[in-house]
Amino acid sequence: MTPEIVAWLAQDGITNGAIYALLALALLLVFTVTRVIFVPQGEFIAYAALSLALMESGRVPGTIYILLAGGALAAAMEVASAVRQHALARLPRILALYVVLPAAVAGAVWWAVPRNLAQWAQVLLVLAMVVPLGPIMYRVAYQPLASASVLVLFIVSMAVHYVMMGLSLVFFGGEGLRSRPFSDGQFQLGVLNVSAQSLWVVAASLVLIAALWFLFERSIYGKALRATAVNRVGARLVGIPANLMGQLSFLLAAFIGAVSGILISPITTLYYDTGFIIGLKGFVGAILGGMVSYPLAALGALTVGLLESFASFWASAYKESIVFTLIIPVLVWLSLRSRHVEEEEQE
Amino acid sequence: MSATLEVRELSVCYGKVEALHRASLRVPEGSIVTVIGPNGAGKTTMLGALMGLLPYTGHAEYAGADLADASVEARVARGLCLVPERRELFGELTVEDNLLLGAFQRHTRGDRTVGADTEAVYQRFPRLQERRRQLAGTLSGGERQMLALGRALMAKPRLLLLDEPSLGLAPRFVREIFHIIADLHQTGVSILLVEQNARAALQVADHGYVIETGEIVLEGTARELAANPRVVESYLGGGASA
Amino acid sequence: MNPARAAFGLFLGFLIAAPFALPEFYVTLMNYIGLAALVTLGLVLLTGVAGLMSFGQQAFVGIGAYATGVLTTVYAISPWLSLPAGLALTGLAALGIGAITVRLSGHYLPISTIAWGIALYFVFGNLEILGRYNGLQGVPPITVAGWTVDSGRDSYVLIWIATLAALVAARNLLDSRSGRAVRALRFRGTMAESFGVNTARLKLVVFLYAALLAALSGWLYAHFLRFVSPGPFNVNAGIEYLFMAVVGGASSVWGAVVGASVLTMLKEWLKDILPALFEQSGNYEVIVFGVLMVALLHRTSAGLMPAFARLVPASRQASRPGDAAPLARRERPRAGEPLLDVRAAHKQFGGLVAVSHLSFDMKTGEILGLIGPNGAGKSTMFNLITGVLAADDGEILFRGERIDRLLARDIARRGIGRTFQHVNLVGAMSVLENVAIGAHLRGRHGTVASILRLDRAEEARLRAEAARQVERVGLGEHLLDAAGSLPLGQQRLVEIARALAADPVLLLLDEPAAGLRYREKQSLAALLRGLRAEGISILLVEHDMDFVMGLVDRLVVMDFGEKLAAGLPQEIQRNPAVIEAYLGGIE
Repeated sequence: MTPEIVAWLAQDGITNGAIYALLALALLLVFTVTRVIFVPQGEFIAYAALSLALMESGRVPGTIYILLAGGALAAAMEVASAVRQHALARLPRILALYVVLPAAVAGAVWWAVPRNLAQWAQVLLVLAMVVPLGPIMYRVAYQPLASASVLVLFIVSMAVHYVMMGLSLVFFGGEGLRSRPFSDGQFQLGVLNVSAQSLWVVAASLVLIAALWFLFERSIYGKALRATAVNRVGARLVGIPANLMGQLSFLLAAFIGAVSGILISPITTLYYDTGFIIGLKGFVGAILGGMVSYPLAALGALTVGLLESFASFWASAYKESIVFTLIIPVLVWLSLRSRHVEEEEQE
Repeated sequence: MSATLEVRELSVCYGKVEALHRASLRVPEGSIVTVIGPNGAGKTTMLGALMGLLPYTGHAEYAGADLADASVEARVARGLCLVPERRELFGELTVEDNLLLGAFQRHTRGDRTVGADTEAVYQRFPRLQERRRQLAGTLSGGERQMLALGRALMAKPRLLLLDEPSLGLAPRFVREIFHIIADLHQTGVSILLVEQNARAALQVADHGYVIETGEIVLEGTARELAANPRVVESYLGGGASA
Repeated sequence: MNPARAAFGLFLGFLIAAPFALPEFYVTLMNYIGLAALVTLGLVLLTGVAGLMSFGQQAFVGIGAYATGVLTTVYAISPWLSLPAGLALTGLAALGIGAITVRLSGHYLPISTIAWGIALYFVFGNLEILGRYNGLQGVPPITVAGWTVDSGRDSYVLIWIATLAALVAARNLLDSRSGRAVRALRFRGTMAESFGVNTARLKLVVFLYAALLAALSGWLYAHFLRFVSPGPFNVNAGIEYLFMAVVGGASSVWGAVVGASVLTMLKEWLKDILPALFEQSGNYEVIVFGVLMVALLHRTSAGLMPAFARLVPASRQASRPGDAAPLARRERPRAGEPLLDVRAAHKQFGGLVAVSHLSFDMKTGEILGLIGPNGAGKSTMFNLITGVLAADDGEILFRGERIDRLLARDIARRGIGRTFQHVNLVGAMSVLENVAIGAHLRGRHGTVASILRLDRAEEARLRAEAARQVERVGLGEHLLDAAGSLPLGQQRLVEIARALAADPVLLLLDEPAAGLRYREKQSLAALLRGLRAEGISILLVEHDMDFVMGLVDRLVVMDFGEKLAAGLPQEIQRNPAVIEAYLGGIE
């Protein structure tokens, strides 16, 4: 193995690792706030990447139908609960949020597709289509089960993942798609040819991580999210609405997933179901971080990226095997090191 | 005198076990009412139900409106605040952030006076000001209770539900906490105080209830209860004070 | 006949009639249901009962299937030899994986199961000897005494015999000494350790049992399909088994059959019906399947089995235990011998000092009261003595032996029984079964013996002992009620009975009288005096001063983790420092 290859593999590993780190942060956020193991994370990656690729090729992505239908479903559930609680004053807000807003986004996409807008405008439209699916998903699938066990919430996550993946096949088809790179540049860094897209990925990840840090440290909603993650009962007692926090965490996770998808779609060919395995590696990263600490999760994700990159060089057929098996010793080490008294589940 | 809280025949069940049986009580506007009784009698359960954390049957009316169907956050919005026995602080956040989040709903409503109230809490609890940048998890027992109280005050409560505020505190702190409770009372907040420290509770309260195995067995003015032989015997440590 | 038995009889009748009455297609479907139910049953025990989530069962199915596939096709060995070989191989793999992963706490376990599930899938698909992704063709049929099991109907017999046997075995296991401990694992691990259960080992045993069931399913599968390929052993299959367990109701043995049936039929039905509804090709099954799952869990998040169970009127399955020879009792120290010696024990949680260099001692035959305000560190002291928490500093001696470095279960073995401040019962289990956990160390039969019902004589003695202790605390009429259905005060009495079932030398009672009415307190005091007369020493935490003062021989008063005073009850009552601390010291 030459230094060039090492450097090249490292670049590849860091690029992927940066994406995994973003996903790990999102998974961690969702888990600590809602106890949901967020399997459908992968779908946000795929939806965003494939929607962007379709728009670039001048086609209307089916994402807007999912957005409209999901919004309608969420609206129906909200209206039903508003009627039950005799709180009809909430109706206009519900309709604006779950019906009018999705319709406006759908309209904008329809208008924009034939006009072949600049790439940044298309990226914005993709975000507007994909990100609202997060809170809608929370409202429809998870909110009614907010007090269920982690196992049941996980099963719901799997079911939602199946639905989203099935819809993905219906609307995006089975072919792999790739979007245009943000820039085609290459430049020399020592022995290494660095592609501009890799830099984009790493830079965007860093910016996003910094933005998240700013949100959690500086804004009242970010602090409320942290408070909910730290102490759910305490959060309820100071009047932080659990449902709002759930939706907020899903919104952020969807945003992170969508951005990740947009960032990697020029590098990797994505299929309707590729998101899952990418999300899974983010999950592994989060687990390596012990499901508690954000910096550790990011570090864990970076490790996964590097591990995968080098494993693919030595034994590409066993790439996934190696990545997932090598994690076990790390897990054992982590679990032996943390000798805390195991917290028991409540009956 | 109108009642801030009017509870009629409140029952709470955990599965088939009834932890609270048809309890009725009343907190008049601006008064301190205490509920005393042994561990496991149902005191914490009652507060949990009033706060919306536990489902109940019966009737609870707060500030003239029925509480049924109101979510926890709706109750907080209406000025009902619980300082729980376990404090439930945000251990990994700073003291200042804990206080700030106490006023979460006021923030989201655009209330601009939150900053001034933080200062007021610091004035009431100077120790918290000294430790404003410290994580809540590193505080001592007494400081935790102060922070829990301070956090509740940040919501501008009309009725404070206090669950064992003296729990695990040094006598010196207990005294301080009860002074603060008496002090809060002066500012017009109504207080429902659940305590195992019956003597201190009855000294500060206007009215009291005794709860045993899920049922209210005695009620009266604090003075009456403090003189009641049964209360003296069971809760004030008849032998010890003799 | 009781309704539960009738329901079982009906199910058995259906199983016997099915191969004669149903068309081939449905017999095949039933085969798939049986195969899935076997794996799901393991998951019910592992996840639903013991609380260990696994996404990796399909890998064990794969090991079982591939083992027999390779041995019978490549090496032409009889399936009856490849079965034990496959089970042994799976057992080894499960022990290896389990030894590492079962001890992983919290969410490390599920992720590690995903990890090895995926890893093994890729191994199956890439090894030459396993036929790579093409798989192994021509797996021979099983023959039993000249009968060749080569049709779907033949396989049906084999598959369902195995499934029924596994169901009965699981039921036997849960209704035994080990089973009670397994049922305590999920929510009550600390309690189980305090009565001598080696929870880590027990988890490993359950893990092994689930893996072996999966391997058995794999063996049957390979010879039923006569073909093995990696496809059915990918992660999705593992997740599907988890779906079956949850949908069926993860806490019930029969939930495995319900879940396997519902999901297998649903998938088949969707495959049939959807292409007719949607012209366009696409993966509509997964969409409808997912939607149905979410809708179902919104309606019943505990799965279908509880709803099924409601159809069958409840019956008292367990009966009162009859007479049995009493269990052996341990030799006990003579009155007045030194029993417990706590020397400068210290425990700190972060910045909070819970117990601060506390010393006291106890003699055999004494009732010692440990009192102090809430939060003074009394329960922490209990946890230090019983090994639930490790002391940061100091020594604790029991009958002259240092116990402060021992595990909870080893301390229990030495004759210390305890109750918990926060009632620590398995709510869904009967009072009798909960108390029988206390006698765990007085039995010796393990999982295999209980599956084969070789433990019945000992089990009868354990149950009789438990029943005696329940009677003794005055709860005889509630013997067979679910412990969680009793009022809190009586649950505390169940805790005492459980501690007594351990035949303790020293009994640690944490607020036993809380939640009891006056008369109940009086009979509890009488009971404790009786125990003292028998030579059982008691360390008691209690708030009710009336109760304490009339009962104890000596008192230790704690405040802020420190010893404030110690002495006879009358002295303590007059101690000004105690009055100040205990009564709040309001001027």
